[in-house]
Amino acid sequence: MSKRKILMSVATMCMLSTAAMAQGPKAGGVVNAVIQPEPPGLMMGLVQNGPTQMIAGNIYEGLLRYSPKLDPLPGLAESWSVSEDGKVYTFKLVKGVTWHDGKPFTSADVLFSIDFLKQTHARARGNLVQLDKVEAPDESTVVFTLKQPFGPFIGIFEVGSLPMIPKHLYEGTDFKTNPANNTPIGTGPFMFKEWQKGSFIRLVKNPNYHVKGKPNLDEIYWHVIPDAAARSVAYETGKVDVLPGGSVENFDVPRLSKLKNTCVTGAGWEFFSPHSWLWLNNRSGPTANKKFRQALMFAIDRNMAKDVVWNGLGKVATGPSGSTIRYYTGAMPKYDYDPAKAKALLKEAGYKGEKVRMLPLPYGETWQRWAEMVRQNLQDVGINVDMVATDVPGWNQKVSEWDYDIAFTYLYQYGDPALGVGRNYVSSQIAKGSPFNNVEGYSNPEIDKLFADGAVAFPDAAREEIYAKAQKILVEDVPVAWMLELQFPTITRCNVKNLITTGIGVNDGFRDAWIEK
Amino acid sequence: MKQASRVLLRNPGGMIGITILVIAVAVALFGPLLFPTSPWRMVQRPFLPPFTLSGFPLGTDALGRDVMAGIIYGARVSLLVGLISTLASLAVGIPLGAAAGYFGGKVDDALMRFTEFFQTVPSFALAIVLVAIMQPSIVSIVAAIAIVSWPPVARLVRGEVLSLRTREYVQAAVVTGQTNWWIIWREILPNALSPVIVLASLMVATAILLESSLSFLGLGDPNLMSWGYMVGAGRTVIRQAWWITVFPGIAILVSVLALNLIGEGLNDALNPRLAKGGR
Repeated sequence: MSKRKILMSVATMCMLSTAAMAQGPKAGGVVNAVIQPEPPGLMMGLVQNGPTQMIAGNIYEGLLRYSPKLDPLPGLAESWSVSEDGKVYTFKLVKGVTWHDGKPFTSADVLFSIDFLKQTHARARGNLVQLDKVEAPDESTVVFTLKQPFGPFIGIFEVGSLPMIPKHLYEGTDFKTNPANNTPIGTGPFMFKEWQKGSFIRLVKNPNYHVKGKPNLDEIYWHVIPDAAARSVAYETGKVDVLPGGSVENFDVPRLSKLKNTCVTGAGWEFFSPHSWLWLNNRSGPTANKKFRQALMFAIDRNMAKDVVWNGLGKVATGPSGSTIRYYTGAMPKYDYDPAKAKALLKEAGYKGEKVRMLPLPYGETWQRWAEMVRQNLQDVGINVDMVATDVPGWNQKVSEWDYDIAFTYLYQYGDPALGVGRNYVSSQIAKGSPFNNVEGYSNPEIDKLFADGAVAFPDAAREEIYAKAQKILVEDVPVAWMLELQFPTITRCNVKNLITTGIGVNDGFRDAWIEK
Repeated sequence: MKQASRVLLRNPGGMIGITILVIAVAVALFGPLLFPTSPWRMVQRPFLPPFTLSGFPLGTDALGRDVMAGIIYGARVSLLVGLISTLASLAVGIPLGAAAGYFGGKVDDALMRFTEFFQTVPSFALAIVLVAIMQPSIVSIVAAIAIVSWPPVARLVRGEVLSLRTREYVQAAVVTGQTNWWIIWREILPNALSPVIVLASLMVATAILLESSLSFLGLGDPNLMSWGYMVGAGRTVIRQAWWITVFPGIAILVSVLALNLIGEGLNDALNPRLAKGGR
């Protein structure tokens, strides 16, 4: 309780100080940030894991950026329009943009990037599945024509999902072995300068950036510090100013947030909206019974997990969609913490104390503690839980081979139910070998049809209706046990301003950031 | 033997060790009766400092679980693992060592090369690998500890047997036509046992440490509360809540110390030369 109060008061203090000293951004300065773990590469078209996106999102750019409400903002495209039938998207590119090596950025680069990413970027390939053709009538216009209306299309142009790749460096080469991969060239506000492996990555200001007066910072250092405790210490000693979400253990957040000149925010994850849940094996064992699955939802004290394990950050998940995802509806059956109801449902389900195997997510202490808490919740209502310890490869294998009863996970949702929600519930996504698809084995023709229709329905009101229906059915059936909408707190010195202004937060945030002296 | 136990009881270190061990065993056996709730249960607010609430003398951990209950249930796991894995390694080490020492020649060579194979691998690293492969559970931990700790037993027993088998009473037994295994069992082993007992008491201590280290690294049985797990889980919050790590740490320290003291005392009591010198 007191912890949350302190967090809040720190946040208010930070807001007050901003208001009191409201003044324009100042140019200059160096920011030291932590990157965890060290990325395997920075060529965003080839590598898309978290740390790569976090750094390279400031080197590369997409056609659009997204507000925290996921409304499209101008990026490399200054304006865009959608035809009335929802099939033709026309983008006007910003004029006079150059790559970091001085070559001009044109519509030809956009066409090339689409081709490039279709070969290298699995998620982009999926996002572009409805694309019929893409044309460039002139140097600064790109026209996308779809096979049928695809509502989420406007949401696929974020830098990590569809980064622009320089045609003049990659055309006709073997993308994977191109030497340019080591010195990434983008159009973004910062240019790659230096990478001391195991130590730091250094970006410097792009003096020819296409937005006048930006960026404000001269340099960014991303420090590689492999140990979580050492990252906290690095912040305390002043070596780094920015701890992006997930770089320190949750238990350290309250302590760090009490330090002088320290601001903590959970913002900047709206686009990814990491959603956590328990996979429940719908095929066999007690979890195959819907009543048993509903009992789980009543048995688990998710508010307590939020307050204790996640230090009050995040939100209790109400269903398959996070509350920042388009067409989210809260008008659904609620599962509040109610052990008595859980026990009654277990009785109805005819549960006789069979052993239920639970796999925690092997991502560190926070997740381990969380699993222990849930196990206790379940044992309290009489479920015989056997926790199985695994490492990351073991977890991946067990989950993707369906060898579990209950398994913790969290996945990104990418703003639209057609991009990041449906994949976990439609029966066409039941396939061994991936821990990211319909792992629970839930199969419901009605849901299949709703998600299929929802992806291509037009206009938005039609989609809204379809997804509301789908959410309602899923929440009733509990194919998986939704836990929390996670927030990974970003910890910064309060004088680092405007770092998080978009729905992807730090990933493209340094463009607007500045340091108050 | 009677004389030996008298010597042991007169040894102050040994006495302290025995007292502590008796207390630990009593806690392991009867503690759960005093603390019937599971040590995993969240009973109070998280990070409750020690000595603030009467029901929770040692405070609570990051999830609000009673540290005292954890230590009491942890005693069970630690002592059980220590005892069973030591018995298991004795069960492997004594027959192998006895066979090698008694039969000599090729048997000795083969068995000792096999033993050295285990001795050359760092025991803790091997234990980690074994537990990771077999999946962390109480059975795999006991097995791993037994597998890495039998070689010293085998070598010790071999050495003892080697010197005893040339004694006249053994030769007399051979002449009377007793079988080899009967001779080993009845004539040699009872006389080779003293150093093994001393070693075994130290092995229990080592096994407790090994189990704690494995749990500390997150390779403990996730369904059992153990001291090593408590230290490992509390490590990340040691700067906010020292008591979560310190109390189980003390528990490990004290019980390992007690076993070492007992080992020393036994050594004094059972080693005739030392015992005489002491008197």
